[in-house]
Amino acid sequence: MKTLLKIVSLVGLLTTIVPSFLVFADIITLDTNKLLMILGTLLWFISVPFWMNKKVE
Amino acid sequence: MAKSKITEQLDSVEEYERQPVPESKLKSWKSFLGMYAGEHTAGTEFVIGPLFVAHGASANDLIWGLLIGNILAVLSWAFLTSPIAMKERITLYYLLEKISGKKVTTVYNLVNALMFCFLAGSMIAVSATAVGIPFGLAMPTLNDWLPNSIGWIVAVVAVGGVTTIVAMFGYNLVSKFANIAAPWMILVFVASAIAVLPELGVHSFSDFWARANDTIWTGTPLEGQSQFTFWHIMFFAWFANMAMHIGMADLSILRYAKKWYYGFNSGAGMFVGHYIAWMASGILYALFLKETSFSTEFAPGPIAYRAAGIAGAIVVVIAGWTTANPTIYRAGLALQAIRPDWKTWKVTLVVGLITTVASMFPALVMKLLDFVALYGLILMPMGAVIIMDAYVIPKFKLKQYYAETFNKSANMAVVIAWGVTLLFSMWLNFSFGVEIFFLGLPGWFVAAALYLISSYFIQKNKVAGGAE
Repeated sequence: MKTLLKIVSLVGLLTTIVPSFLVFADIITLDTNKLLMILGTLLWFISVPFWMNKKVE
Repeated sequence: MAKSKITEQLDSVEEYERQPVPESKLKSWKSFLGMYAGEHTAGTEFVIGPLFVAHGASANDLIWGLLIGNILAVLSWAFLTSPIAMKERITLYYLLEKISGKKVTTVYNLVNALMFCFLAGSMIAVSATAVGIPFGLAMPTLNDWLPNSIGWIVAVVAVGGVTTIVAMFGYNLVSKFANIAAPWMILVFVASAIAVLPELGVHSFSDFWARANDTIWTGTPLEGQSQFTFWHIMFFAWFANMAMHIGMADLSILRYAKKWYYGFNSGAGMFVGHYIAWMASGILYALFLKETSFSTEFAPGPIAYRAAGIAGAIVVVIAGWTTANPTIYRAGLALQAIRPDWKTWKVTLVVGLITTVASMFPALVMKLLDFVALYGLILMPMGAVIIMDAYVIPKFKLKQYYAETFNKSANMAVVIAWGVTLLFSMWLNFSFGVEIFFLGLPGWFVAAALYLISSYFIQKNKVAGGAE
């Protein structure tokens, strides 16, 4: 389960950063990029609290 | 029932204000990496990067100035702050009390807490520019010093209130939130800038340097703004957190580190936040200037929203929040050192209220570069005092921790070092026009020398007489 959550988080980060390069390469529009960034943001914040910081130091 | 439970939880926040952090509470390097990366990828980065553009920094000066300045900042954390934090493992405030006495520390803590409140206030103001977007909030301009609308006041009160409540629950919660948000924030900064590059005429990587010079960091300041050179940028990057490294405020954080070299983790904050994020936010502001024919409106929220949509607006809110939190926490520690019996959460609440009031004034944002430099300069002399007390005072066969050793409420050597250094800095500024960004370096040596000389004359009879 934890591995799956980490994968979701990673996908969230990739969805945040990769589309900007696609805008730069003129493959997608800036508006599409904005939608993908908010999707990436949601994926990150929904998944990351379940595995990051779980171990109390 | 619920109320008493919350109060109980808040009362249990124990931050080891007046005792060395126990071994079991030390934190790993990862904790500091997240803390520094999160704290220095902040709302203020959305202001500082654009202000470099407004001050006419050239691309070459920016690249090299930030590189060298940030390296110097990391070295300051690693070789000045960390070793003292390992040796003492107490807060700056308690260490100062041992050296300079209760009265001097009280004055220092009041000044320090006020400075932290103003700094956190600027971060809250930045967040408010994003919160105000859906409400069509009238944004402040580069020339605004006072609140420009009721809506602005409501926005900063909302952001300040939430920030204060989170800070009231202590360092662990702040650290966890910064850890979670940091990787995402950094990527949003980078993604926003990359996505708008084509609109600035950058269609391939080979275009970047040419457009950086003629469109982004043009070397020409906006009307009414002073000209920045390589030296301004280098010294600003080095001294942007002067109070925290050379001024030793980060003893409060690094006392939790297992090893001294965790101080190098500050590099995560410097090179991600104070390099990449400053450049990214400068790029976004250059696009804003291009599209608005050099409008004087200065609002990071709408600028980020233009480039990255809702994610951009959220990052401005969270970036401001994750930095305001530890800053409010630090200010709380400063005040609590005056009255240790005050509960941490109650002090933090008061600090949060002061911060929220300060954030109503856009001047804190518009003059942020000057304020950051001033805040470092005012607090820096105490760092010089601590370094001299730790390493040089024993070599002169004088006593360390003067106030504690001789049971004094005020160490006049510290008063002289602090007061005369600030007068010397003012003299350089007023008489020779030396800008505030350059005063910290000569000031440190003046403070160190004054403390040693004053300590020698104050202590020579006592030490010779064998006083303990």
